[in-house]
Amino acid sequence: MADLTREDILQLARLAKLELTDEEIKKFQNELGDILGYVEKLSEVDVKGLKPTTQVTGLVNVMRNDEIKPYQADQQALLKNLPDRQGNNIKVRRVL
Amino acid sequence: MSDTTAAIPTTSQWPSLKDLTSQVQSGKVTAVELVERALKTIGEKQDYQAIIATIAERARARAVEIDKLIADGSHVGRLAGVPFIAKDNFLVFGADTTAASNILKGFDAPYQSTAIERLEAEGAICVAKANLDAFAHGGSTENSDFFTTKNPHDTTRVPGGSSGGSAAAVLLDMAPFALGTDTGGSIRQPASFTGIVGYKPSYGLVSRSGVIAMASSTDTIGPLARTVEDAAYVIDIMAGKDSLDSTTIDRDAAGYDITSPESLAGKKIGVIKEYMGEGLDAGVKKQIETSLESLKEAGAEIVEVSLPSLEYSLGVYYIVVPAEISSNLSRYDGQRFGFSDKSAKDLEASYVQSRTKGFGAEAKRRIMIGAYVLSSGYYDAYYNKAQTVRTKLINEFNEAFKDVDFLAGPTAPTVAFKIGENASDPLQMYLADVMTVGPSLVGIPSLVIPAGKVDGMPVGLQLMAPQKADRILLSVGATAQEKLSKEQK
Repeated sequence: MADLTREDILQLARLAKLELTDEEIKKFQNELGDILGYVEKLSEVDVKGLKPTTQVTGLVNVMRNDEIKPYQADQQALLKNLPDRQGNNIKVRRVL
Repeated sequence: MSDTTAAIPTTSQWPSLKDLTSQVQSGKVTAVELVERALKTIGEKQDYQAIIATIAERARARAVEIDKLIADGSHVGRLAGVPFIAKDNFLVFGADTTAASNILKGFDAPYQSTAIERLEAEGAICVAKANLDAFAHGGSTENSDFFTTKNPHDTTRVPGGSSGGSAAAVLLDMAPFALGTDTGGSIRQPASFTGIVGYKPSYGLVSRSGVIAMASSTDTIGPLARTVEDAAYVIDIMAGKDSLDSTTIDRDAAGYDITSPESLAGKKIGVIKEYMGEGLDAGVKKQIETSLESLKEAGAEIVEVSLPSLEYSLGVYYIVVPAEISSNLSRYDGQRFGFSDKSAKDLEASYVQSRTKGFGAEAKRRIMIGAYVLSSGYYDAYYNKAQTVRTKLINEFNEAFKDVDFLAGPTAPTVAFKIGENASDPLQMYLADVMTVGPSLVGIPSLVIPAGKVDGMPVGLQLMAPQKADRILLSVGATAQEKLSKEQK
């Protein structure tokens, strides 16, 4: 597979919420091209009549009772990792 | 570190887990002494960079508690006072959980992994967190955002990965066992590169709750240890359903602890043809053939088995896994935990800047591949196609297991490679996983046992069994390890 275009890489970075330097863009154009070229081997496999795998254990409909249980960690233990907070709320940057 | 291999003990300071526990229970040795022994060894061997952080304070406090219970004649568990090391992608109290990534630096786990909880409930004590490739992305620990672990057999070589810190720690005798995770070979390949035992159980046998997700359809948890018996003992304690991980399967009613290892006599082992051909180092091949010959002497029947779709397993893996990684890593957004770039002017910029500054090169690469193969217009060509080829691979394994009890082959095409050797070529690095991704995609258990050395570097024999046949694989695997270790003396 040929290298990806600069536009391809920029679009992927937008989807992935990453910002890339010019150097990284060039590097990814090349590396992703190589990797996708390798996986393109799969196009030669005959899979007629086969369905895609969605899981390997055969488990179906794993249900639990609809009961309220206390969460395993206490509130303060969860809050201590917040980068920014106001009281017990998560504080984020302005949206607009 | 001029005398590089001097740090590898010829005899371990740790007896078997069962003996160690009975020594603690009988008061012959205290939990405090064992924890100090582990911490001392970790301190003495820190030049190998196997450990990210110790959990000294909490470990010492737990040891005092366990010794007190024993003095009071109270019940203590099946791993009472036994120290162990966890890969740093397990949530554990007492030290940060970073997954060796900058974006999780300083993350203080609000709860512990189920695997850790189950070991602690039996009295085990986590003493340290081991290095890994950041987020378990890699096969050498070179992708750790902090440092590269050195292979104790040759410090210019990698210990394998991603559980390279755990493997080096066991080899260096820091603890009797360590926990790792295996998504495409991350327990097995470092076990092979360091010459210890590594066990990847059936998909779903051990709960992943509280373990940092990489690729959810192949992520598994298992032990690295010196013997198959010890690995089985740890699996016996961790295995089984967990309401916090709905993919968990029932444990075997007979458990996994090995009381008398099952004989190899009459067991049919299929050697995977595709693993023994092109690309396999000649020295590794010879070592694997010699090992299989030993198993034959012990009564096993050795046949050749062909699994033609294995040729495509790495291609399937490097579509499915980055796809799952790109979704699993979307939670790192700088808002609820982990690194957050304070200079961002609005919410969108905060997401982008936190991720851009927080993730390392390999995480970004896999996120980008995953975004590509999942994006509209390419989903069918890549992701769907890969999952369909995966079905074909699963069918071939199932078919093979109708005729043989186990499958066998090398763990990796080479012995441990040099630090830096593959670092500039990601595709070359991915090829190191070629013999381990197949069993991961199929979800079957796979055991690695030491199979001698090539020019001083260890080789591991990989033994695989049908899904959920963990009990018999471990039991026969113990016999196989015993037989091979006699040959190597």
